[in-house]
Amino acid sequence: MAFDYEKYLRPGKLPHIWCPGCGHGIVMKGLIRAMDTLKLDMKNTAIVSGIGCASRLPGYIDCCTLHTAHGRAAAFATGVKMAKPEMNVILCGGDGDGTAIGGNHFIHACRRNIDMTYIIMNNYIYGMTGGQFSPCTPTGHKASTTVYGNPDPNFDIAKLAIGAGATFVARGTAFHANQIDKLIAEAIQHKGFSVVEILDDCPTTYGRRNKYKSVIEMMNRLKEVAVPVKAAEKMTAEQLKGKVLTGVLYKDETKTDYTTEYAKVIERAKASK
Amino acid sequence: MAKKVEFMQGNEAAAHGAIYAGCTFFAGYPITPSTEVAEVCSIELPKIGGKFIQMEDEIGAMAALIGASLTGAKALTSTSGPGLSLKQENIGYACITEVPCVIFNVMRGGPSTGMPTGPSQSDVMCAKWGTHGDHPAICLVPASVQETYEEVIRAFNLSEKYRTPVMVMPDEIVAHMRERIVFPEPGEIEVINRTAPSVPPEQYKPYDTSFGDVPPLAAFGSGYKFHVTGLNKMQDGFPTTKAEIVQAEEERQVRKVEANKADIMKWEEYMVDDAEIVVVAFGSTSRSARYAVDVARKQGIKAGLFRLITFWPFPEERLLEISKKVKAFISPEMNLGMCAGVLKGCIEGNAPVLGIFRVDGEPINPDQIVDKMKEVK
Repeated sequence: MAFDYEKYLRPGKLPHIWCPGCGHGIVMKGLIRAMDTLKLDMKNTAIVSGIGCASRLPGYIDCCTLHTAHGRAAAFATGVKMAKPEMNVILCGGDGDGTAIGGNHFIHACRRNIDMTYIIMNNYIYGMTGGQFSPCTPTGHKASTTVYGNPDPNFDIAKLAIGAGATFVARGTAFHANQIDKLIAEAIQHKGFSVVEILDDCPTTYGRRNKYKSVIEMMNRLKEVAVPVKAAEKMTAEQLKGKVLTGVLYKDETKTDYTTEYAKVIERAKASK
Repeated sequence: MAKKVEFMQGNEAAAHGAIYAGCTFFAGYPITPSTEVAEVCSIELPKIGGKFIQMEDEIGAMAALIGASLTGAKALTSTSGPGLSLKQENIGYACITEVPCVIFNVMRGGPSTGMPTGPSQSDVMCAKWGTHGDHPAICLVPASVQETYEEVIRAFNLSEKYRTPVMVMPDEIVAHMRERIVFPEPGEIEVINRTAPSVPPEQYKPYDTSFGDVPPLAAFGSGYKFHVTGLNKMQDGFPTTKAEIVQAEEERQVRKVEANKADIMKWEEYMVDDAEIVVVAFGSTSRSARYAVDVARKQGIKAGLFRLITFWPFPEERLLEISKKVKAFISPEMNLGMCAGVLKGCIEGNAPVLGIFRVDGEPINPDQIVDKMKEVK
């Protein structure tokens, strides 16, 4: 039987705002399947986002949804999780939202290891505003504000998350749709701050400026560059050149998550009365 | 039983007032001269099972406040000028999404870093116009430690009652001076909680105006699933660009404060009835003003004091009435004429407004005010 996405979607909210060929819908379906796998109580689940195309995702899903200010999803979500630790808190957004204007909140959510899952749809561009370069646009690539080629070095989101203290970091792609729900489900189950980067495509504002002739070509590129972590172990540095590792990149289950740690603060404070 | 009496700072009193009002969440970022509020909250809140979090920046603190409030918690932050500038983005978010929260802002010099340890009263316009777009504004300006405690409670009450952020803005003198404070018993001061929805979850709309200008607010995680966005929204919380809905919603958001001004405004009149000269003052400046009025009366000058306790909404109608009977107003303030400007805007030119404006980090003393009274012809 075909999977029933509709029971997780708010009635009357489709069609979504995303352009034909955009991978965000693939990610949303992956998230829905992950929530279904885990049998998440939707009344007790919050999806929090910032601003941008990817940040419109929460509006379609029938749970407690919070579409915040640009870059601030992690900070709003931290308030939700701190005040009600029993809630499942999932964040989503794009690369510009999460790593430029929201970079500070992102690294500190990682550092605190607060038990939330952050899905970053990385399409290397600010799509909603018409295709300006983001901190994830590869050097030399074209955007509406880098018509002569992007001079900026780009972030590796996964490395940034690991360096900042996230205890679960995974990467998938919009091409590998069947892997997305598994990565997200494992991330949600992880007790601590988990980051799932999904390499995505923006045919409208990134593809056409960077000589991709079609969405299929963009998807094929995701297919070609992705190398599962296990497979990469058997490959040489030369073979891995230009490739991107996918799968669970980092997992540390030894660290206590933030709200559990704060519960200890409450115990100590009560004892000190 | 005798009431609990202590000797404490305005900032400390603010934290205790918040807890009396039912605050269980604080998010902030260290900033002089308001840090004691955060320090006391970090000690006291976990004792009652509440939460304190020091965020990575002022913007994040304001964001966390709104997130916590959406789960049903009463939430407080404290800051000062530069922090207030940073918080404006999400103060606007709280206005449009109609999420209750309290911002305690200690006024120091500015703009920018200014004079971090000096007193000022120059954030009052920022309280109304700091965030972009049309929005409601409530700003309370206590003048003593006791009043700081009580106004923080009132701030929470107004915030919950009208589903809007409320600012409490003492100047640095009020925030840092130590005075005697008498704590009220539990139940002695009314504590208001936001109205929870009376409809079942499937019928709930977060901006349902069939319940009036202030629709009930459900909490995340209480069985109600709903959407919150900073975009202009419909009654069901989802974004819209429909002209008539956007117009009506924006007007309602401002109206819920403007139409309830009488409930929100608070001031104190001292010897105003027969006064020929009325000093309009607030915060620590109003204490100098009251002393000045006493000195002036002894010298035969018919002076009075109009002390603002609520700055926004501004008591325009009452001041217009007073303006018809007086020779002049005096506006002493630790800024370059912010209150004087608002005052002039509502008295239809009935009386001159003489300003005493100090931005040098020094308080305005009573002599300055008495001298200014003598300039009135």
